[in-house]
Amino acid sequence: MESLWSRIEPLLSQVTKPARYIGGELGAQSPEHVDDSVAWLLVYPDTYEIGLPNQGLQILYEILNERSDAVAERSYAPWVDMEEQMRAHGIPFFSLENHLPARAFDVLAFNLSAELTFTNVLNLIDLAGMPVRSADRSLEDPLVVAGGHCAFNPEPLADFVDCFVLGDGEEVIGEINEVLAAWKADRPIEGGDAESGTREELLRALSQVPGVYVPWCYRPEYAEVGESEQEGEADQEGQAARDDPAGWSLPALVGTVPRFAETPERVEKRTIPDLGAWPYPKQQLVPLIEVVHDRLNVELFRGCTRGCRFCQAGMITRPVRERPAEQVRTMVSRGLDRTGYDEVALTSLSSADYSGIEDTVTSIIDDPSCSGQVSVSLPSLRVDAFTVGTAAQIQRVRRTGLTFAPEGGTWRMRQVINKLIREEDLYAAVDAAFSQGWRRVKLYFLIGLPTETDEDTLGIVTLARQCVEIGKRYHNSVTVIASVGGFVPKVQTTFQWFGQNTVEELSRKVNLLREAARRVRGLTIRWHDPKATAVEGIASRGDRRTGAVIEDVWRAGGTFQEWSEHFDLQLWTDALAAHGLSLEQAVYRHRLEDEALPWDHISAGLHRDFLWQDWRDALDAHGLEDCRWTPCYDCGACTGFGIEHVVASAVPPAGGSQGTGQDLSTGGQVPVRFLVTAPVGAGSATSADASPAISVGEGKG
Amino acid sequence: MRIRFRFSKVGKVRFTSQRDVARMWERALRKARLPLAYTEGFSPRPQLSFGFALPTCAESIAEYLDVALDPGRPETASVDVYGLPSQLTPLLPEGITVSESAVVDPKSGSLQQQVTSCSWVMNFTDVTREALAERTAALLEASVVPIRRERKGREADDDLRPSVLALSVPERTDQDALVGWGLDRGNQPGVELIAELVTQPRGVRPRELVAGLVAVGRSPGWDGTRTGRTGVGQDEIGTLPVLDRACRTQQWIERDGARWEPLALRAIPSEPDRAVYASVRAS
Repeated sequence: MESLWSRIEPLLSQVTKPARYIGGELGAQSPEHVDDSVAWLLVYPDTYEIGLPNQGLQILYEILNERSDAVAERSYAPWVDMEEQMRAHGIPFFSLENHLPARAFDVLAFNLSAELTFTNVLNLIDLAGMPVRSADRSLEDPLVVAGGHCAFNPEPLADFVDCFVLGDGEEVIGEINEVLAAWKADRPIEGGDAESGTREELLRALSQVPGVYVPWCYRPEYAEVGESEQEGEADQEGQAARDDPAGWSLPALVGTVPRFAETPERVEKRTIPDLGAWPYPKQQLVPLIEVVHDRLNVELFRGCTRGCRFCQAGMITRPVRERPAEQVRTMVSRGLDRTGYDEVALTSLSSADYSGIEDTVTSIIDDPSCSGQVSVSLPSLRVDAFTVGTAAQIQRVRRTGLTFAPEGGTWRMRQVINKLIREEDLYAAVDAAFSQGWRRVKLYFLIGLPTETDEDTLGIVTLARQCVEIGKRYHNSVTVIASVGGFVPKVQTTFQWFGQNTVEELSRKVNLLREAARRVRGLTIRWHDPKATAVEGIASRGDRRTGAVIEDVWRAGGTFQEWSEHFDLQLWTDALAAHGLSLEQAVYRHRLEDEALPWDHISAGLHRDFLWQDWRDALDAHGLEDCRWTPCYDCGACTGFGIEHVVASAVPPAGGSQGTGQDLSTGGQVPVRFLVTAPVGAGSATSADASPAISVGEGKG
Repeated sequence: MRIRFRFSKVGKVRFTSQRDVARMWERALRKARLPLAYTEGFSPRPQLSFGFALPTCAESIAEYLDVALDPGRPETASVDVYGLPSQLTPLLPEGITVSESAVVDPKSGSLQQQVTSCSWVMNFTDVTREALAERTAALLEASVVPIRRERKGREADDDLRPSVLALSVPERTDQDALVGWGLDRGNQPGVELIAELVTQPRGVRPRELVAGLVAVGRSPGWDGTRTGRTGVGQDEIGTLPVLDRACRTQQWIERDGARWEPLALRAIPSEPDRAVYASVRAS
């Protein structure tokens, strides 16, 4: 297949940031395509700057190119100006390494990290010159594969993607490659025997690979019209008033069932037991232009046992698997040597929880070859003073700002979401930060959480204001930024049954916060657009019928919905209405205990009854300790896969789990109920009988 | 200690910005473990200083960079300055070839202050040699050449004429001098223009010269661009020249009434065969 470069080159002086389309990064490969190898185009469906740093994509890129029977190239979504030029000049979606058209590949593999990129997935399939719906594609079209966190609710993209890959990709990508290579070898020459090598045969073969979900092999079944109304009536309390009867025009889902005898009823995610066996990326890509997270990234561990109930990443990546400390050090020193970066991020979902984090960090910054000019960052800091001490040590080169994530404004709220940080933990952390030279502290919060009251919402300002006061003890001028996101319930989490706050309710809460923060000098409130939060909710928990909505929005020009200049709520509400759906039904509605969920046939290892019990505990403001150093709660993630948490050190980190200073030597009662602490300032901790605003499925358990 | 480098930026890498090039250099210098001097403050950066920024998409065989080494570090004294080009080129992206290096006197002023003009070779398509020559002559004869240019995000009217020192449309395109740099113009036949444009008090970009060449094709009563049958813009002289490529070939310093390059080129390094280049330099 011929390179498109000579046709692409003249367009580049007409577009913004033309270097997005040239490739040539350090670490980029230029694989030679040969007939019997499977050619993969790995795609991140957002801009180059957002997509290039994605470590998952880079890991698979290396693993595939190391195989003798595979080649892999990369691509990212061309920005709207480039897309316009490409469509005007008849240039299809292309790869960055050899500038080959996407249709020259055997597989288009998409990384799904965010729901708002779903319309881009359709757009790129179309830009590749293929029908967007799987059913309309032929043997000549590449297979469309998708993986990543959003694959845990695959149904909204089930009509467009041929197969989804669940969980860690390191092992399963090779298994998929083998199925494809065998199928390719058997594929009849054009006009040959139509019985073998059909697309259906390939899909059924792929459905036999553990961790691979082929939507075509499953059929969603819906209730007869009328049944769903009963469910609507059964739903009570704060919910009934919010439901628009018109939003119930579609029948309820009864289940998603296999179509063939050999198709598994449930697809379990893949989990690699030993991260140390996969020291990737070995050759992290160093882009020529500035991208997000532009630094060396070394993954400390995968999984998280904090048990924050809103956090999908923490739930679906269990159990904890730490990388051996020695391997971390080697990857850091080799990586810095190779790339010339002066910053390394030790990544994970909660890096300060890595066993032996202090020793690891100290050995990096004391490495003489770093010449004292390398800074280490821990992207997700734990909220406690101890962690700030470590941060002071590692950010001695560049001290820009520190970020903490208390997530909830009151202790009661944080018990509901199981983010067990006390006011005094946060204040001690902030005190440590300001006293050690930082002048800017950023705090992450969620609004629209289950059982949230205005007191909880306003607790955000109370906390942030107190942080400003602490800062003033050390500096004349300090900045505290409270960054507020609207909560989107995610599948395979404790909160998967929760009805998301409406756009109006989130906007009201944002205004409450802005009003309360108005006269606090040094405090800035930043917030995420509640309209975008609502749209994330559509795809987050949608069923297969959501696909038509996504297709409509794409056809109406709705690409790059993650970008505020392109986001348009109207496109989504129009498309929902056209297909008999509404935000009320798709997003704002609480799910019921016995309701069939569109992702019930997909498993991240977590037992549904564990999640339901955790949901009930949440509504009772009842917290659970980190299970890494306490007895097992039997969530299912370890036992289901026959593996356990892998820690690099048997000693829990100083400061205790979640920074709560708990005594870990004896373990705790299971589950542990945390006592309400003394109130700090107005509007913080409340009494235990503070009634939850909602009560879901009451009387059914 | 201040070290001056001369380097090229040709091929695909020309689509990166000056800022990107600065970051590529920072990484390469760190990989080479040079004892760099850093700026003070909360966010220390290596002290790098380029001259008049090369516009994104333009190529160059005459880029310069001054790098400060930390005099307090013992390694600084033992840096093999003349060996640096062959050491650094493999650490930089394809298309960036370091050709010269020398120690310069920090008192001699920055490149930004020293360089007064640059020479460019510009390649145009959709235009005949005669029409381009006619525009060139008109521009040189004009006393005022009004153009709009963007400064700090705002458009302003300006007179281009004083910024143009020399223009010529050579009889024959002599690309031999550029071939060694990997400047591939194989399938883009066009007409070449050689220009010398000032960088003081403000630098002129090739794109602004094109605006000037268009401006001189319009008499005062001109009411807008016509579009010819080919879809290419036209004015009173003919089709509008479309700039295909621009390459900076020299930067000039005025000293003692003569023009000098900040670092003269001794040999064209062969690109991309850097191993050969390294051996040439070593001999």
